[in-house]
Amino acid sequence: MSDVPLTPGLIPAEAAHGSREASHWLEWIATVDHKRIGIMYLVTTLIFLIVGGVEALLMRIQLAWPGNTFLTPEEYNQIFTMHGTTMVFLVVVPLLLGLANYLTPLMIGARDMALPRLNAFSFWVFLFGGILLYLSFMSGHAPASGWFAYAPLSEKGYSTRYGEDYWALALLGIGVGTIGTAINLIVTIVNLRTPGLTIRRLPLFVWMVFVNSFLILAAIPALNAALVMLLIDRQLNAHFFTHVGGGSPILWQHYFWAFGHPEVYIMVLPAFGIISEVVPVFSRKPIFGYAFVAASTVAIAVLSLGVWAHHMFAVGLGKAWDYAFGGASLLIAVPTGVKIFNWIATMWGGAIRFTTSMLFALAFLFTFTIGGLSGVSFAAWPLDWQTTDTYYVVAHMHYVLFGGTFFAVMAATYYWFPKMSGRMLSERIGRVHFVLMFIGFHMTFFIQHILGLDGMPRRVWTYPNYPGWGVMNMISTIGAFVLGFSVLVLLWNIFVSLRSGQMAGANPWEAWTLEWAAPSPPPEHNFDLVPPVHGRRPLWDLAHPGEAQS
Amino acid sequence: MTRFSTGKLAAAAFIASEAVFFAFLIAAYIYYRVNMQGPYYGRTYLDPPRTLIFTICLLASSGTLWLAERNLAASHASGFRLWLGITIALGAVFIGGQGWEYYGLITNNVTPERNLFGATFFTLTGFHGFHVVCGLICLGILLLLAFRKRFTETEITGVGAVSMYWHFVDLVWIVIFSIVYLAVWI
Repeated sequence: MSDVPLTPGLIPAEAAHGSREASHWLEWIATVDHKRIGIMYLVTTLIFLIVGGVEALLMRIQLAWPGNTFLTPEEYNQIFTMHGTTMVFLVVVPLLLGLANYLTPLMIGARDMALPRLNAFSFWVFLFGGILLYLSFMSGHAPASGWFAYAPLSEKGYSTRYGEDYWALALLGIGVGTIGTAINLIVTIVNLRTPGLTIRRLPLFVWMVFVNSFLILAAIPALNAALVMLLIDRQLNAHFFTHVGGGSPILWQHYFWAFGHPEVYIMVLPAFGIISEVVPVFSRKPIFGYAFVAASTVAIAVLSLGVWAHHMFAVGLGKAWDYAFGGASLLIAVPTGVKIFNWIATMWGGAIRFTTSMLFALAFLFTFTIGGLSGVSFAAWPLDWQTTDTYYVVAHMHYVLFGGTFFAVMAATYYWFPKMSGRMLSERIGRVHFVLMFIGFHMTFFIQHILGLDGMPRRVWTYPNYPGWGVMNMISTIGAFVLGFSVLVLLWNIFVSLRSGQMAGANPWEAWTLEWAAPSPPPEHNFDLVPPVHGRRPLWDLAHPGEAQS
Repeated sequence: MTRFSTGKLAAAAFIASEAVFFAFLIAAYIYYRVNMQGPYYGRTYLDPPRTLIFTICLLASSGTLWLAERNLAASHASGFRLWLGITIALGAVFIGGQGWEYYGLITNNVTPERNLFGATFFTLTGFHGFHVVCGLICLGILLLLAFRKRFTETEITGVGAVSMYWHFVDLVWIVIFSIVYLAVWI
């Protein structure tokens, strides 16, 4: 390592505190260290994942056979609403923010985020937002009008209890936290890059996180505006979204999806970043078409702001809207497709190492492509009219969010766990986890495409005994339990590996980005010395002095 | 290496998100104004000339804050405190005017509950007023600090961030004033 100075500027977090072994739980509450905040995000989302997963299993038990009465319709409505809200706002988004929080400063050679106290604030306001959402159960009735809370169902006339108020307030809190983190990430990435780490050399994960942060700034305030209007309707008896009094339920849909569609990309762009880090390292090749991967991210982000009404084809907005939004939605498949081909070209001719992390990355490519294709099919609005609000939609979004984002997060878990903990996750248990999760996922959700095309509506607590429906639902339920079991295997792997996993060392995967130059786990200040950066793969350059730079 | 002032960059990003928030509230106001049935209440109940006076106070406060910052840059502590104090006073007058206006409307039974004009008007101007109050709190903290000590380089950056926010809140008011008050005759 040479003597390039550290990125200066920040007071090192908690410089006066003692060693890691002596850490007290109060230190976690008081911490402003991006690594601890990142880990708190990840642990919190893991807990919410288990809660949301149990909710999913309750639904699948209810749907296992026709005419089941395991749950009442009332309970079922609350549970599917809480499942969706939990998974979107309390699992997927904060999971990615947590990873971004932990990794971004390390990947750019900085000591911490630019605004460490804002960082802690963002985390805590997110956590309390999540707790507030779950307190709704104690008011006697959780929100029950679905994760997109369509008006007027979410209005006072139809949701007379307090569930929707908890929902709106909780989401406002979580939204504020998300915006805070986005601001922090933007300032960090602009200001705290180590010398030589130009924007064209930035690791692709950081690129995606950067673009994603702008998308958050553009999208979350739309939700916040809609939420305060809903709250004013509910608390002050206004009529923004009710027909009574001249309001417009359709406006809620516009506002919600003006947030909701960019939100889909907020949930997937960092996952693209993960794949763009994992695939090259385990293929032993630099990423194919770096500039295309980065630029297509910008294209996706920009396009995603202009396609929201494709969630509303069934409303009957008129032909002009349908053509415009259908066309824009088809366009967005282009930059996404560019990325898929880049990742495949990266693997082409590489010396691929099939670690668990790489297996999950491959599962991502396979599953996300299916989800992407079913997604494009909705852009053809006559098809959308047929499949809207059926299990085809449920299958599609789980292929994108679970089979896409969550598989990528699993790849990230196996890839970066050694950095965070200092120990490797067991590859042996990891393979079992991978196989179970892959089979469980496809068993649960593939068949839902067919159920949906066969006309089974989503969000109904039970269904008639039509030919095949009982069998297909039972297969899906069994798959869901396999999936649930695979999460237990992951937890077991984490538990075992934290105690007795193989020591990782600084760079177990022979990776190239700066986080692997820090010890595992990194000390509070991250780096004593940051390696010089002359290209996109600083650690490769360091190991091969004098060779051509990548 | 720090490329930009951290405080100002963060303020810019924050303001961007706030701009989106207000854009959606303003769009809702316009949407309901265009699609409203029955008489337009704004024409009956709003008093644009009176609001114009308070608007001028708010706009003037942007100028006085600029003067305060110039004094700070020139290390004139007393000038800084004076102009900062005047800025806060002007902002407070604006909020007072808004309170007066709200009182008149509510006693005439113009409320969010009554109709869409009430709902959109109070939501839009109310959130703006809330932002002005937040700005006043920030300016108040700066004034308190200014009385207690000399500002260092970092804290001057903080002043810059607050000032960006204050100018933004003024700018939003210009849009709201045009759409809500000047447009009552349309």
